[in-house]
Formats: sequence, C-alpha cells, structure tokens
Amino acid sequence: MQSETLARLRAKLAKPLGDKCARVTLGVADGALGGGLKRGALHEVFARRGHETAATGFAAALAWRAASAKTVLWIRQDYSALEFGEIAASGLLDLGIDPSRVLLLRVAKPEDALRAASDALSCAALGAVVVELAGTAKVLDLTASRRLTLACAENGVTALLLRFGAEPDASSAETRWVVKAQASPENEENWGQPVFEAELVRNRQGGTGRWVMEWSCDDGIFREAPGRAAETDRGAVVPAPCDRPAAAALAQNRRTAA
Amino acid sequence: MLPALKVVGANPDADLKLLGRIADWCDRYTPFVALEPPRGLLLDVTGAVHLFGSEQAMLKRILSDLGAQGFAVRGALAATPLAAMALARMRSGTVAAPGADGEAIAKLPIDALNLDPVTTHAFRRAGLKTIGQAASRDRRELTARFGARLVYLIDTAFARAESPISPRQPLPDYRVERAFAEPVATEETIRATLVGLAGSLGEVLESRGEGARRLEASFFRADGTLRRIAVETGTPVRDAQVVERLFREKLDALVDPLDPGFGFDLIRLSADRAERAEAQACDFDSDAHARREVRFLVDRLAARFGAERVLAFVPCDTHVPEAAWTALPAQRAGDFKSAWERVRGTGEPPRRPVRLFARPEPASLLRAVPGSHAFHMRWRGAQRVLTRAEGPERIAMEWWRHQDAVPARDYFRVEDETGRRLWLFRDTLTAQWCVHGAFA
Repeated sequence: MQSETLARLRAKLAKPLGDKCARVTLGVADGALGGGLKRGALHEVFARRGHETAATGFAAALAWRAASAKTVLWIRQDYSALEFGEIAASGLLDLGIDPSRVLLLRVAKPEDALRAASDALSCAALGAVVVELAGTAKVLDLTASRRLTLACAENGVTALLLRFGAEPDASSAETRWVVKAQASPENEENWGQPVFEAELVRNRQGGTGRWVMEWSCDDGIFREAPGRAAETDRGAVVPAPCDRPAAAALAQNRRTAA
Repeated sequence: MLPALKVVGANPDADLKLLGRIADWCDRYTPFVALEPPRGLLLDVTGAVHLFGSEQAMLKRILSDLGAQGFAVRGALAATPLAAMALARMRSGTVAAPGADGEAIAKLPIDALNLDPVTTHAFRRAGLKTIGQAASRDRRELTARFGARLVYLIDTAFARAESPISPRQPLPDYRVERAFAEPVATEETIRATLVGLAGSLGEVLESRGEGARRLEASFFRADGTLRRIAVETGTPVRDAQVVERLFREKLDALVDPLDPGFGFDLIRLSADRAERAEAQACDFDSDAHARREVRFLVDRLAARFGAERVLAFVPCDTHVPEAAWTALPAQRAGDFKSAWERVRGTGEPPRRPVRLFARPEPASLLRAVPGSHAFHMRWRGAQRVLTRAEGPERIAMEWWRHQDAVPARDYFRVEDETGRRLWLFRDTLTAQWCVHGAFA
C-alpha cells in the first residue's frame, strides 16, 4: 500500500510538467500549435537573409518563455558573433530577459555546439538551450537532430536551433519557424516594441501559418501586433514527415487542404 | 688519438629541459623537487622517508631508478642542501648521520663547494684545502677576503643559516596516488583508478569539511614521461563521481590525447585549492538543487571547452554601451552581485541592441532627396533606405578614464525599409557614422 503510494508519487514527480504547462503560449499562433509551443522538444528558428537579429530576438523571447525563470544556455559559434554581433546583455535586459539567468557558451565548430547541446539537455535544471549556428553545417543531419529531440524529451528541456544563412533540411524538429523583421507602420510616430513576421513552415501537431507578432518587453509575452494581418493555413493537421525535405511536406499539406 | 670519441656540441637549453623532465619524474618520491642548474636536483624528503623504509634505502632506490634509465647519477642525503650537494659531488651514496653534517663535509676538499675557480684557487693558495679548514677561519677574515656571500654559503652548509628551497611545482593541499606493479594502459583501468583515487581523496576532504576547487591528475609513464591534467570547478567538490566525470570530459576533449605508451606506473590525484565546504543535508529546496545542477553543468562544459568559453553576464557600473556589462567565466562570476540597471523605461521599446559588434563598423549616410526624411545608408557594401530614425541620444565617453580625449557619440536608432533596426552613432568630432549594433 505504502510502496504503491510512493510509486505513484515518484511517477508524479518524474513528470513535473503537467500537460497544462507543457506548452508555451504564443498568443496568436496557439491555435495552430495546439495550445502553444511544446516544451521539452526541439524547435528550429531560421533567419531570412539579413534578418538575423530579428531571429535572435525571436529565439531569445521563445527561450525565455520556455525556460520560465530557469537558466537559459546560449551556445553560439564564434563566427556568428563576428558576422552578426555578440549577444549583448544590456539588449537582453531591454527585451525583458534577466541576463543573470543566461549563460553563454562560445564554441568554435558546429560539432562542438551539438556536443555541448546534448550534454546541456541532460541537465533538467536548465530551462532552455539555444544553439546558434551560422552557415550550413554538415554535422547537423537527421541523426543529430533526432539525438537532440530525444535528449529534449528525456528531461523536458526545450532546445531552440537558431540557424543563420542556412537552408531548411530534413530534421526531427517539432516546429520550424522562418523569421524576419516587420517594418513599422507608416503612419505611426512611435516605432514600438519589436515586431516579428514569423512563418511557421512546419508543425508536427497541426497546420502552418504566418503571423505578425509583437514581443511585449514589459510583460514578456507575444501579442498580435495591432493592425497587422495574419494568415493561417489551417485545415492541414497531418504531421510533417521527418524523412523528407520540408518543402515536400509543405506541398503535401497544401494538397491535403485542397 | 681516440677514434671512438664522439664530439657533440653543448646544448644548455636541451640539458635544462631534460633536467626539468627528470625533476617531474622525481615527483614520485616527494612533491618537493627543486632544480639546481646546470645539472643538479634537490629533493626535500622530509616526511617521505618512511615510505621507503630508511634514508639509505630511499637514496639507493632513487640512484638505481635513475641509473636504470641510463643516467650517470650521484647523490647524497644530508640536512642542508649545500652539504648534500657537496657530499654528492665527492662521496656519492653517503647519508649524513643526523646532526653530523658538519663532520661529514669538513673533510671534503674545498672544490666540493663548487665555487668559482678563482676563489677555489685563492683558498688553496692560502693553504685551506678542506671545507673544515676554511670554515674554521675567523669570519671577519673570510668576509674581508672573499665577501659576505661566501661566509653565508659556509654558514648554510653547516646549518648555521637557513637555506630555503623553493619547489618547482606548488605543493598540493592533498594528494592520493596509486602505483602499479605492472604499467597499466587501458582506458577502463585508468578510469577505474581515477574513481578510486577520487573516492579516497573525497574521504580525506570530507573528514576535514573541505572540497577542492582545482584537481590535478598526474600520469607517470613507465618511460619517464609525465603528463599533468587539471580541472577547475566553480564550487568546491569532493564527490568521486563528479570528479571522474569532469576528468572524463577533460580527457575526451584533449587536443593531444593521453598517450599511455608502454603504460603508466603511477597515477596521482592532487587537490590544489582546497576550500571550506560543509556537508549538505539532502534538502527539498528545489531551487538550491537546480543551482547545483547548473554549476555542475558549467564545470563540465568548462572542463571540455575551457573555462574562458563558458560565460556569465555581469553588470558594470558605467554608461558606455560596450562596457555596461562584461561576460566573465561562469565559474568565477558567482562572486559578483551588482544589480542590473535597465536603460529602457516601462512601455518603451528596447533602447539597447540585442547584438553588439565588437568594434563599430563605419557606414556612410546620404540624404535620399534634399529636404526629405529618408536616408540612404551604405554599410558592408550594401545600400539600404532608412525610413525612420529616433535620436539622438548623446553618450559621452568617460574622459576621466582615458589619457586622450575620446569624443562623445550621438546614437540613433534607425529602421530600414524591410523593418531591420540598427543602432548607429555619429562621432561628434569626425562626424563619421558607425553601426554599433542591431535591434531585434
């Protein structure tokens, strides 16, 4: 009797994140994501060429939401900092992210970044791991992304793969976002909070879509940007295949929807 | 005359290097090894003799071990370094009886002190042929003739003055070691040995309520090569599993891997920086547990990639944008507890960029049409149209810190036609535009 209770308690403790908080709400995109971004999974954020900083901000915001006051480990390649600038603590602070809860790991090669990421994902005390890679990385194949996915699922740590100057390739990621900055409206004086045009090009749980999101630095949440159009490609709920290029998956989704 | 004689040019640097390697190897007898160039080594064997039975046995062992490696070696054991060296030169293998160093060296010729030839010759001319005779002269006479240094030298030889030895390596706080009858070479054995050593070191540390911030493993190869590998931690550790894991990370990441060659005959683990670490009760405070976990992860990453690559952000009290914070090695950043100060007011958009360039990059700005608000900006070989700008925010450089006056900067936040937001400044002196960072 007693041991049974203990076992039940242990099982409960082993899954500290109930189904309710296993997702990170993203405001407008929640519908397509089935309630929000899944914690303890691998997500990819691709930057449109020239919009690397917007993608950085988007990934930082996602990581901060997913970490929910736990520590975020940001792994970045040396080349990336040279080309696109170093992650600035004062900038993170202005985005509403506590820099003392962010650790930065500088690595020279993508191999090292992946190695460090799988090590870090085994540490359940972390909230999220961001892996920032510049350029195409041969080591980042399907096997590597599967390994990361498994590591995420095991300890409930969210991994974000931030890719600059790379083409989407086969991966086992839960979602894939392509991010670019959104120009401020012509007529408004104040240029306002950071606004991203985030396109969900792949989603294992449901449909894809495109939203214009505003990150509220004070509240630390995503909001629908006032007066911006959002297009959602609902209807398709077929999980994207992980063994074929995403483009094919997208085309398939469209056909299903039609 | 001697056809078999081979002539080789002297190479003092290589000799010194070899002497250093022999000194490393001698670390197995006592941690207290000092170099005595050009060809001497001093070993302070205080407290290590009992491991070999007796002083005689220890000296014999050292001489035969070194002799077996093909070195012509002479050695002696005495209470003072100078006496030991004099004896080694003249009477190799001697162990001076305790308290009788003076008698032992008194009969040695004056050459045993290894003075410069002029001084030795002068002693001879004066009829002082042995050390004893020289020492028996009046101190004033000796000082007048040969200087105070020689008197001091003779004093140290007779233990009338202190002659400290400075060890080559800093002495560890604690150390444990394991010697093998047969050299070991397999990875499993090495790992198991490290776990065992870490366990015994952990017990010692625990009994004293301490933990180690720096651990060093020394691998003594059978052919005399020594490899030292150290890991550092952010907080004192003593758990064997943790120590073994850190060493595994470190060994995996080595650029030149640990090469056992014919095997290691001695593996040693030493704790260099022991610090107070109270035993921790298993607490239910999940926050403390999480912090410990993160610290362990930082130690692991630091062991693999180097401490300077695992960074934590620390605020600095200055308004110069690039100096307002710094990234310190996370293992050491825990001691800083200054508060972050936000530049942005509530409700405002970010005023500091999320990515900052290490050095501001020059750009050129042109008004698109005279009188219009739009600008063309040329940066990194590409042109873009700036549609809106906010500023200026004048930031004066800290003149009290710099020798030469650094001009103030006028910062602008600008947005181009695709929505990308940049942080520009104009040097107030040269009017040169620079891109300093980019906003999300």
